[in-house]
Amino acid sequence: MRLGQPGLWFIAPALLLLTVFFLLPVTAALLLSFTDFDIYALGDPSTLRWIGLDNYRRLLADSQFWTALANTCYFVLVGGPLSVAASLAAALLVNHRLARWRGLFRSALFVPVVTTLVAVAVVWRYLYHPRFGVFNHMLALAGIGPVDWLGDPRWAMPSIILMAVWKNFGFNMIVFVAGLQAVPRRLYEAAAIDGAGARRQFLHVTLPALAPTFVFVTVITMIGHFQLFAEPYVMTQGGPANSTLSLGLLMFREGFRWWNVGYASAIAFVLFALIAAASWLQLRLRQP
Amino acid sequence: MIRWSQVAVNGALAVLAGAALFPLLWMVSVSLMPANAALHLPPPLLPERVTLEHYRTLFTQLELARYLGNSTLLAGAVTVLSLVFNTLAGYAFAKLRFAGREPLFRGLLAAMAIPGQVAMLPLFLLLKQLGLINGYGGVIVPGMVGIFGIFLVRQYALSIPDSLLEAARIDGAGELRIFGSLVLPLLSPILVTLAIFTFLGAWSDFMWPLIVLADSDRHTLPVALANLLGEHALDTELMMAGSVLTLLPVLVLFLALQRYYVEGLVLGSVKE
Repeated sequence: MRLGQPGLWFIAPALLLLTVFFLLPVTAALLLSFTDFDIYALGDPSTLRWIGLDNYRRLLADSQFWTALANTCYFVLVGGPLSVAASLAAALLVNHRLARWRGLFRSALFVPVVTTLVAVAVVWRYLYHPRFGVFNHMLALAGIGPVDWLGDPRWAMPSIILMAVWKNFGFNMIVFVAGLQAVPRRLYEAAAIDGAGARRQFLHVTLPALAPTFVFVTVITMIGHFQLFAEPYVMTQGGPANSTLSLGLLMFREGFRWWNVGYASAIAFVLFALIAAASWLQLRLRQP
Repeated sequence: MIRWSQVAVNGALAVLAGAALFPLLWMVSVSLMPANAALHLPPPLLPERVTLEHYRTLFTQLELARYLGNSTLLAGAVTVLSLVFNTLAGYAFAKLRFAGREPLFRGLLAAMAIPGQVAMLPLFLLLKQLGLINGYGGVIVPGMVGIFGIFLVRQYALSIPDSLLEAARIDGAGELRIFGSLVLPLLSPILVTLAIFTFLGAWSDFMWPLIVLADSDRHTLPVALANLLGEHALDTELMMAGSVLTLLPVLVLFLALQRYYVEGLVLGSVKE
């Protein structure tokens, strides 16, 4: 064990596994996206042909792809910020100096994070029930007519966003709480001496100190949101009228239902490029 | 004034906590109602008559025990194996010197941003070649290592004093021995954290088991539940009972070990 560099032996198994079962497949996905790999090639690889950018050209002409892209962006751009805002609000409340039973509240707010999505989707489908659901019952109490939450193309995506916010906000809340607790107390004391009230302390001390946490949280949240899959798969099967069809769901259908592996790989790569570009943009914007 | 703001803060927290817990508590309540009792106006909060018939149906007619076993087996295997490989690598990245350590680690960090969905199609073809599709191996093998796990262990291992390791080396201990008898005990808190993280993640994972495990005999709980939803969507109370059984193990695990889980989350998010 003393021979050579023991560190290399320690990382070798992990690195080998990562290379074979993750990095290699990612590279292969790019290559596959330039082929016509389909169900025939699955049985007989010799039918495989190199078709250059044809899959991408087909994508541009595929209205389903544009719908899925728009829906995914809707989920990322509306659901993501809502989720982060809910997390920040919850963190500020839990961390508030007047808050009592902090540990208890923190745990309660975190519970949805550890739940299994498919199981909670079952409950939420019922909360959204057009006739007997709790949401429509509350609307009725307020004198508002029922909404077909998951059956109306206008409401299906907002419904999925609401459930996703409920399920995920606790995760970022904990990260924000950690960020809040890392703000040195003397900054608040100095601001108070300078006559800053609670609002100005929040704007000029808390928010700037949270900036690094904020970058971390938004990037992580965005990457997660781009991969929307299980929610529409279980709740709406991408409907109604494709209003909740996401890129992840479209890739799954094309690749694993119809075995258009080449075409599905192109979709996967568009997703990859989008996430890479958006992550890069966020990191650039926040670090002038 | 102060009293009012205290009421406002704690009131808001109570409302939030209520919203977070309501769907889960209600799920338990509905799962205990007789068939079709939940579909009434106004939606009933508590069962008029408590029954365990849906749980009985799940175990006797719908083979829930098998799925429970599959999920436990898969999540357990992924947890144990990935813990071994991630810990070895995470420790080495923190404390052992070797050529290319820094660039390799930076590369891994960057790779964390690659969405798993990109790798799925080629991974499926690869596992098909290896004969692992439609078997437990197809889920376990790709789960045996994780960049986040390596990162988490490294962050924690950085705090181990170099002098301690040097002293052991001077005493003539080999690196593997140092790792086994000195480092592992020091790392045990983060290993508990990582074990919970991995187990919860593997238990709740849906997309990959859905793709790999075609045979219903091998389905995990979430996959089985999604299928059940296709056939029994109208049996609300039965579906709720299935959901309760899917969530119960992870919720118990989380509540018992939440201290470790939350601490790990904070550590994993600390910026370099």
